[in-house]
Amino acid sequence: MSDKTIDRVASATPARVARKVKGLSDRAIAWIFVGPTIFLLLAINIFPLIWTINLSFTNFKANRVNRAVEYIGLRNYERILTDGDIWLSMQATAHFLFWTLFFQVLLGFTLAWLINKKFRGNDMWTTIIVLPMMLSPAVVGNFWTFLYQPQIGLFNYVVSFFTGVDPSSFDMLGSVDLAPWSIVIVDTWMWTPFVMLICLAGLRSIPDYIYEAAEIDRASKLRQFFTITIPMVLPFLMLAVLFRGIENFKMFDLVVQLTGGGPGSVTEMASINLKREAFEKWRTGYSSAFAIILFVTVFGLASIYVKALNKVKER
Amino acid sequence: MTRFFRGLFTLKRGPWEMVATLLIAVGVFMLMQPFVMWAYTYSFIVTLVGTVMFIIVSHFAEQE
Repeated sequence: MSDKTIDRVASATPARVARKVKGLSDRAIAWIFVGPTIFLLLAINIFPLIWTINLSFTNFKANRVNRAVEYIGLRNYERILTDGDIWLSMQATAHFLFWTLFFQVLLGFTLAWLINKKFRGNDMWTTIIVLPMMLSPAVVGNFWTFLYQPQIGLFNYVVSFFTGVDPSSFDMLGSVDLAPWSIVIVDTWMWTPFVMLICLAGLRSIPDYIYEAAEIDRASKLRQFFTITIPMVLPFLMLAVLFRGIENFKMFDLVVQLTGGGPGSVTEMASINLKREAFEKWRTGYSSAFAIILFVTVFGLASIYVKALNKVKER
Repeated sequence: MTRFFRGLFTLKRGPWEMVATLLIAVGVFMLMQPFVMWAYTYSFIVTLVGTVMFIIVSHFAEQE
């Protein structure tokens, strides 16, 4: 017998177990290992998805299980796609999505560019900047609620310090005009470090010899930035945008903690609206159709995400 | 451009994926735009077609 580790392990297997396994083919053993995972995947992901698609064609209400369920075809989809309130919640989601991505990309890239410069305390600053990303959204939502307090909130005092406006004259979470911006600020504060880290990875992947070649060709710093740095970081940036886009499209926890969808329904995102339809109004069939619409949208975006990821890998 | 259309006619992955990606992006924009209701109404079908198309065309052969 050879002295390989695998042989030693095989010989150490108790005879009773070895006899049982001996009769099985490699394929069967592979299925035994993979089987539980596939079963869990089917039970937790695939079955609920198929069931939700099925429910989306019915008028089922989860709080009236004894009521006869009727198949109503595409009527739920028709209602959702002609409902002005849901359209408004989509617009609230779009406002949140657009501005958070805009600020996160702008600040994230700028921070990555600054951190990429070699200076003393570089690592310490990276750690400090990355801290907000590591906090729980529930904690972040709670302490920003205090920061936004018109009487005692630090945020109002900082704004007052720079603009001279009375700190108690505006309520970030209670004003119809300011509430959508309040959640944009918090999400930007929390997730800019994530964009920064991805951009930093992109910046550090650019070989120095490209810049050296550009220097020899007498390209200015600005020219180098636009013709080397930006194109080389772009796939990474796109990845960050898509990742944050998908996450923010499903945004729920932070908004619930901060505004709960209010005042009125100005910060009622699609996911909050969906939760209300499903578990407050108990329109299960209707909300299933809504969930499928959101799922297809996120799935579509995820497909683009995978494509972008493959492009980055090819590099 | 010619290469793109040749890819479309010969069922190559790259150009078809681009079309599917474009459909998804247009569908998502239609879903979230604040301008016209009809665009919102037809957004889902556009995104669905784009997504299904993406799944199918990702099995096409690569363009040389």
